[in-house]
Amino acid sequence: MQGIEEQDFDQKLDLGTWKRLFKYAFSYRGVVLQILLTMGTVAAIDICYPLLARYAIDNFVVQRSSQGVLPFALLYLALVVLQSLGTWMFVERGGKLETLITARIRDDAFCHLQELSFSYYDKTPVGYLLARTVSDVTSISEIIAWSIVDVMWALVYAVGCFAVMFALSPKLALIVMLIVPFLAVVSVYFQRRILRCQRDVRKVNSRITGAYNESIMGAMTTKTLVREEANYGEFKVLIDEMRRTSVHSSVLSSTFMPLVMLLGSVGTAMAVVFGGGMITVGAISLGTLAAFINYTTQLFDPIQSLARIMAEFQTAQASAERVISLIDTPLEIREKPEVERVFGTNFEPKRENWPPITGEVEFKDVSFGYNQKELVLKNFNLLVKPGETIALVGETGAGKSTIVNLVCRFYEPTSGQVLIDGVDYRERSSLWLQESLGYVLQTPHLFSGTIEENIKFARPGATRQQVEEAARLVSAHDFITALKDGYDTQVGEGGALLSTGQKQLVSFARVILADPRIFVLDEATSSIDTETEKLIQRAITRILKGRTSFIVAHRLSTIRDADRILVIRDGGISESGSHSELMALRGYYYDLYTNQFRDEQQMQALKEAGE
Amino acid sequence: MTNNFQRFPLLSYSLKGNVRWLLLGAVAVVGGTVSFLTPMVTGFLVDFVLRGDSSGLLGPLKTLADRVGRDYFLANLWVLALALLLVTGLSALFNHLRGRFTAMAAEGIALRMRSALYTHLQDLPYDYHKHTSTGDLVQRCSSDVAMLRRFIGVQMLEILRTVVIVAVALSIMAPINGALALASTVTFPVLIVCSGVFFKKVRAQFTLADEAEGRLSTMMQENYSGVRVVRAFGQQKQEIQRFRLLNSDYQAKSYRLSRLLGAFWGISDGLGYLQIFTTMMLGIYFCVKGELTVGNLMIFTSYTSMMVWPVRQLGRVLSDFGKATVSLGRLEEIMSAPVEKEPGRALTPEIRGRVEFREVCFGYDRPDDVLKGVSFTAEPGQTVAILGSTGSGKSSLVQLMQRLYRCTSGGVYIDGVNVDDIERHHLRRNIGIVLQEPFLYSRTIAENIKIVRPDASEQEMRAAAATAAVDEVIMEFKDGYDTMVGERGVTLSGGQKQRVAIARMLMQQAPIIIFDDSMSAVDTETDRAIREALRNRRSRSTTFIISHRITTLCEADFILVLENGRVADCGTHSELMSRDGLYRRIADIQTLAGDEEVSDQCRA
Repeated sequence: MQGIEEQDFDQKLDLGTWKRLFKYAFSYRGVVLQILLTMGTVAAIDICYPLLARYAIDNFVVQRSSQGVLPFALLYLALVVLQSLGTWMFVERGGKLETLITARIRDDAFCHLQELSFSYYDKTPVGYLLARTVSDVTSISEIIAWSIVDVMWALVYAVGCFAVMFALSPKLALIVMLIVPFLAVVSVYFQRRILRCQRDVRKVNSRITGAYNESIMGAMTTKTLVREEANYGEFKVLIDEMRRTSVHSSVLSSTFMPLVMLLGSVGTAMAVVFGGGMITVGAISLGTLAAFINYTTQLFDPIQSLARIMAEFQTAQASAERVISLIDTPLEIREKPEVERVFGTNFEPKRENWPPITGEVEFKDVSFGYNQKELVLKNFNLLVKPGETIALVGETGAGKSTIVNLVCRFYEPTSGQVLIDGVDYRERSSLWLQESLGYVLQTPHLFSGTIEENIKFARPGATRQQVEEAARLVSAHDFITALKDGYDTQVGEGGALLSTGQKQLVSFARVILADPRIFVLDEATSSIDTETEKLIQRAITRILKGRTSFIVAHRLSTIRDADRILVIRDGGISESGSHSELMALRGYYYDLYTNQFRDEQQMQALKEAGE
Repeated sequence: MTNNFQRFPLLSYSLKGNVRWLLLGAVAVVGGTVSFLTPMVTGFLVDFVLRGDSSGLLGPLKTLADRVGRDYFLANLWVLALALLLVTGLSALFNHLRGRFTAMAAEGIALRMRSALYTHLQDLPYDYHKHTSTGDLVQRCSSDVAMLRRFIGVQMLEILRTVVIVAVALSIMAPINGALALASTVTFPVLIVCSGVFFKKVRAQFTLADEAEGRLSTMMQENYSGVRVVRAFGQQKQEIQRFRLLNSDYQAKSYRLSRLLGAFWGISDGLGYLQIFTTMMLGIYFCVKGELTVGNLMIFTSYTSMMVWPVRQLGRVLSDFGKATVSLGRLEEIMSAPVEKEPGRALTPEIRGRVEFREVCFGYDRPDDVLKGVSFTAEPGQTVAILGSTGSGKSSLVQLMQRLYRCTSGGVYIDGVNVDDIERHHLRRNIGIVLQEPFLYSRTIAENIKIVRPDASEQEMRAAAATAAVDEVIMEFKDGYDTMVGERGVTLSGGQKQRVAIARMLMQQAPIIIFDDSMSAVDTETDRAIREALRNRRSRSTTFIISHRITTLCEADFILVLENGRVADCGTHSELMSRDGLYRRIADIQTLAGDEEVSDQCRA
């Protein structure tokens, strides 16, 4: 996640963005209402305490009378209980709102990503998507939920305080309130600087993590280049900076709070000077003075709270915009309304209206480019009969993968048509095609979970027996049962606990179980041990049987066995035919084949010598 | 204490020089108790100045009251206001200093910890890194350090502060009214235990929520990176269902965390306010009885609320103690792994380039050794090619020269000196190596190439790049040599990486250079161009080349054929071609398959 440059922070608040995000909060009207009520109550009780003390001083202490002390105590106790319940409630409700908003925004973003086209994925790194849908969403939700809590409290408390003070003594209240503008200015100034500083700390911290990472990943290289000291020198700069920014950030905070308290005590001092005088002339009671002293020591709280929230919104502006822009990214591949009406959407398919697929695929004058400027395919024509196996060979970037992407409808032609069973696939829903499609990537992609779950990926309802049958058919059964937990073995994140060859076999079993009419294979170039290699070859032969297949091929055996081999060059077909036909041509294919043949032989010889 | 320091070398190292900040912090904590004077000033105001009652005043204040007299204060209330400001000012100053010193201590400790860990990690033998997961190490170096930084630097002073506050408050309150003083702390034990217990629970729930979030983000990541598989099998709907399951699971778990926290804050707030309530009601009782003055009641309630909230935190801090020791243990474990040492005399002789292997055996503690008695000699300036079967120990052989590993028996001699006797940095500086999968640092290409000699001229750098046949490629990039590579930059192809690494190694100008299969991803023509450029260099280094390409191998002064850890054959191209063996088999395959180059280039 370190690869993502974060946008800068001091942006203007854009109310439109936040309005959209607050809609998420207000869709939980009940929770929001409960929070508002609770915070109002809590703030009101907070205001009551100095009043209670005032009452006690004036009525019990000064009068030295215990008359009415019992109801007083009961009231006090009731308020304590009510306030504890209030605290309990707002922490719990606030948390509830936060988690609900998080889940909701994440859901929207995730569902939208399920429909976004591949052109979006091609230019957006996975780490970026993950950062948007995990950390950005978390910080936005936190701010939204807790700002509702804090703003409500701060507003009620501040307004209530002034109202009470005004009621007790308008003159003294006005004098005391003189400190408020100063408090506000200081709070706004410091809160912004503190947050900015904390962001710097986080930035340096992630660079330090990166440096540790690099020192470990590059341990061998560092040793061979004798870079230890130089590396340490650079690391030292980083950790020194870390110390500087962290200390700076702490110093800012520990300047801010005392300063604010000092300002508060200016208020207290004014209350003493003026209030003391007022007592001697009997204008206010002793209890009132005590209440004023109490209020002035707490006045800073709501003000700095509001300042903090403002600063937080500013900090989160960039996050908010990134999330909104992800959710707002328009879909490039959109089904026509009439197609959706008849065949359904990806989420609500109308399978009953789907015609069965036999597997004829035709490219008709297809041109395609990933961007406007250059076309990868130019007027490409190809007719593939049901059950035919097509091997695509050629150099990297020649357009092999593009052809495959078009077959899968990951992209749609810029011009021309792709026909499945004679019908332009844009006249059908993409799910109609994709449920009849099997696909194995060059680097097989597995999902965390058990082997069985992975094989069942396309058919979650399949029985264990069917899973085993599929695995047997691609010779994966033996290695699976040899594992300690058999089919229940966890494959780890991205299948990390299995070897490349094993991942291949599992992904083949997945295809077999899906039983597609059309099969697409992007063959791996990486070398695999001889034994597994044989198993994989056998598995491929099994899968190809009776399916229309497109293979971006590297293995000689796969290429040789194909019904038709297409040499793709510069976005078109340069040679086409069976293995023997193309060998006789002595063209590009001939060279490719002989080179490949040599490499395989050599690998074999080196392996044998090592055994 | 000394014993403990020996047991925790990292801890004692990090504390060094920072103890004074901790001590200064402690002084500031004690100084901060000046804030206890604030309620006294208001108490003095209320009791003596406003009500003329000096019965409840503490010793010095009473003297002051008697000396100056009530009327003076009544006429000059600003004196009290000033005193109030002075006291708050002082306490603000101490608070500020506490924050500053705490930060200095915490960050100083963290700095030394990070520094020690980093140095140690770099000095650990390569073998350690090979067997330890990167993620785990990085995790420890960041979160465990953060944990200790907070605990030693911040929380220990917090504990002290709480203790000091309670002690000072009690020592002032007790002489005024012992019973009330005692009553003012009555809920504290409950409060501490309650918060300790709660935070244990909270942490457990936090771990659960954290794990749920981990599962959710793994699922999302796999969905994003597996988007093709998902779409190709039309599984969007099922994926959304899986997502929603995990999403709501995480929501539920983190909500449960909020519920726990709600209970904690609610109950502890209740306990805290109950304490203040108790103090107040009892205080009123004493006031009514005439045993307590108004001003002192104000002092008691103020002190109680000054104590309550830090005490509530105490339980939490104490329960963190266990976590801190675990963190420390994990870090000390890293530090206890032995670093690379100089097993011999650590000489730094001038190196000319004669390399001799004498009966070298090497194994990773396994019965079947990787190398089983390898012997050969390369004279300065000679080129040695190595062809080996899969797993024959080629890479181990060249790594032994740099002492990245040590021979189990036998020895590697450079200019007649055993590598064990040569200081390792000196040794490595004089041997350049290019790995098959080279590691580039995440910085610009220029910085990568010049990494061993940052002050080298642009000309030199480009010359090295040209020799490695990568200059033109780099110039085609938009930013040329200033292009960033690695995590935050462009992704170079395998061949481009190998060539940049070759250029980097050439900048080292070492008398011995090694290519560990480092042109495997470079096409044959470029490979040839690089070799030609290398030959044309002014100074000839002793060169080791591991490769499978006969066209590369055949140019060497002699070729070692390694099979199963032994030198199966050794000789020039024509010698090896004249005998049956792996070399000729490979050569035949490459010639047979129409690669005319072999016969063209390798005529001896």
